[in-house]
Amino acid sequence: MSEPRPIRSPLTELTIFRLKEFIREPDAVFWVFAFPLLLTVALGFAFREKPPDRIPVGVVDGPFAQRHLAAMKQSPALQPRVYSDREGKEALRRGKISLLVEGDAVPVYRFDPTRPESRTARVEVDDALQDGAGRHDAFAAREAHVTEQGSRYIDFLVPGLIGMNLMGTGMWSISFAVVNARLKKLLKRFLATPMRKVDFLGAQFLSRLVFLVVEVTVVTLFARLIFDVKVRGPLWVFCLLCLLGGAAFAGIGILVSSRARTLEAVSGLMNVVMMPMWICSGVFFSYERFPDAVKPFIRALPLTALNDALRAIVNDGAGAGEVLPQIINLSVWTVISALIGLKIFRWN
Amino acid sequence: MTNHAAVSCVGLKKHYSDVKAVDGIDLEVLRGECFGLLGPNGAGKTTTIEILEGLNTSDGGEVRILDLTWEHDEREIRERIGVSLQETQFSEKVTVYETLRLFRSFYRRGRDPEELLRGLSLEEKRDARVGKLSGGQKQRLGVACALVGEPEILFLDEPTTGLDPQSRLQLWDIVAGYRARGGTVLLTTHYMEEAERLCDRIAIIDHGKRIALGTPRELIARLEAPHIIDLTTLPALAEEDFASIPGFHGATRRAEAWQLRVDSLAASVPELIGIVEAKGVKLETLSTHAATLEDLFVALTGRELRDV
Repeated sequence: MSEPRPIRSPLTELTIFRLKEFIREPDAVFWVFAFPLLLTVALGFAFREKPPDRIPVGVVDGPFAQRHLAAMKQSPALQPRVYSDREGKEALRRGKISLLVEGDAVPVYRFDPTRPESRTARVEVDDALQDGAGRHDAFAAREAHVTEQGSRYIDFLVPGLIGMNLMGTGMWSISFAVVNARLKKLLKRFLATPMRKVDFLGAQFLSRLVFLVVEVTVVTLFARLIFDVKVRGPLWVFCLLCLLGGAAFAGIGILVSSRARTLEAVSGLMNVVMMPMWICSGVFFSYERFPDAVKPFIRALPLTALNDALRAIVNDGAGAGEVLPQIINLSVWTVISALIGLKIFRWN
Repeated sequence: MTNHAAVSCVGLKKHYSDVKAVDGIDLEVLRGECFGLLGPNGAGKTTTIEILEGLNTSDGGEVRILDLTWEHDEREIRERIGVSLQETQFSEKVTVYETLRLFRSFYRRGRDPEELLRGLSLEEKRDARVGKLSGGQKQRLGVACALVGEPEILFLDEPTTGLDPQSRLQLWDIVAGYRARGGTVLLTTHYMEEAERLCDRIAIIDHGKRIALGTPRELIARLEAPHIIDLTTLPALAEEDFASIPGFHGATRRAEAWQLRVDSLAASVPELIGIVEAKGVKLETLSTHAATLEDLFVALTGRELRDV
C-alpha cells in the first residue's frame, strides 16, 4: 500500500508521478546513471597517466645501419628497428613507424612533416645521431614535468563529460517522455482535465532537476575518488552551473519534442541538435583549433558555455563573476526554448 | 436553446480536406439524461464528441456546455466535465491508485480516490501497475479518472469497444451508478444493444449527419413494424413481389438477402411462403426477430452498423 498522503498541487503530483514512472524503467535508469559512469571510467583509464610511448622509427639496412641503430638505441624516446629499403618505405606509408633513416654517414630522414609525431621523431632521431657522431651539447638542461591537478587530460575530460551527460540525459529523458505520452494519447487525456499546461512542463523540469543532482553527484564523487579531480572553485557556483545547464537542456528537450508525433522523428531531431555540440563544444578536445571566424558561434552553443564554465570552476577555481557570460548564455537558452516549446506544443 | 441543456450544439461542421466528417449536426443533451450517439465506425461520432469535449475545433456551428462556451470558459468547463477517450494508454509503470490521485489533483474538488476505486470494483487492483491490468480494468480506470473530479457531465467515447461481455456489464453498472447520483452522460457507441440498454435518447449518426433522433422506443416505432423477416431465395425476389403481404411496411435488400418489415408474423409468413412457391424460387433461409435499432439503421441506410 502506498502511503495515504494528502493530495498536493498538480505540479507536485505530476513531478512525483514522473519520478516514479522513470525509476521504474530499468533501461532509462541505466542510460542516465550507469552509462555516464562507465564512460568516465573507460575514458579515465584510456587516458590515465603513463610514461610517454617511445616513437617507432626505422633504419634502412646498409653499411651504416648498425651504427645509426646503436646511436638511436641510446635515446629514451625512440624505438628503432632495421628494415630493408622496400619494407621500410612500406612501414612508413602505413604509419607503423614515424620516420625512416636512409643514406650513409650523412643520413636522409624520410617522414611526413604534417604528422606531429613524425616531426617529434625528426628532432629525437637527429639528436641521437648527432650525439652518436660525437656532437657536444652546449649544456644539458634539466626537465621539470607537469603533473599538477588541472592540467592533466582527465581534468579536461571530467567537466566535459558532466556537460555532455547533462545534455544527453536531459534531452533524451524529457523528449522521450513527452513524445511517448503524446503517442499514447495521455497528453490529450491531460488536456481534457483542468490541468494547466505550464504545470505539465514544469513537472518535466523539476523531475529532471532531481535526477540531475544524483547524476552529477555520482560522476563528480567518482572522479574525485578515482582520478583525484577536485572542484577548485566555490561548490555553489559549480552546482548553480549544473542546474542551469540541466534547465537549458530540459528547455531544448521540450522545444525539440513539442511537435514530434513519433519516437523516430524526435530521435532524428535530437541528433541534429546534439551532433554539432558533440563535435564543436569541446567535450573531448578543445575547440580552440576551430577557425576564429566560427568561434563566436561555437561559444553561443549551450554545451560550450556549460563546458567552459565547468572547466573554469573545476580546474581554474573560477567564481560566479568569471562565469557570468556562461550563466547568462544558459539562462537565455532556458527561457527562450521553454517559451517557444510551450507556445507551439502539440497536445493532440 | 433552454438552460436545461447540459450540452447543445447547432449546425456543427468539421471538414478534413474533402471529407465532411461532421456535416451540420444539431444536438441537445438534457441535464440528467443519458444520450447516445449511435453509428458505424467512421460516421463522425468521435469527431463530434471531441469537438463537444473541447479537444477538437469545429469549422462551423455553435457549442454550449452547461451554458458556457469553450472560447470563454475553458477552465470552468474542464472543472465540471469528465472525459474518457477511446484510446488513452495510461503509464504502465505506475499503479492504479497513483494514476487516479494524479487526476484528482487536477480538480478543485472531487471524489476520494479510495472510495471511487471501491465503487468501481478496482479496490483489489489499487496497488497493481497499470500495465498488469486487463482490458476491462484499464477501461474502468479510464472512467474512474473521468469521474474523480465529480463531473456534472460524463463523456464516454466507445466505452465498451473490445471488452468481454462481463466487463461490458460492469461498465454499464458504473454508468447507471453515476446517473443515480444525478449525472448527465453523453456516449458514443456502435453497439445498438448498448444504446438501447443505457440511453434515454439516441441520435443515429451516419456520414457526419444526424439521420434519426429519439428514445429507443420511438426510434423502433419509426419502423412502423414490430417484426423483421430475413429471407434469402435463389434467385432473389423483387420488392414488388412482396406487395401482397398484409401489414407490409417495406424491405431492404443486401446482396441476395431481403429484410422485410411487417406488422404481424402470423399474417405475413404464410403469405410469404405462398409467394416463394408461386414464383418457383428456392427458399434458402427464413428467420424472424423483433425489430431493433439495428433494423432501423438498415432501413435508413441500407447498411448494417457493423459494416464499413
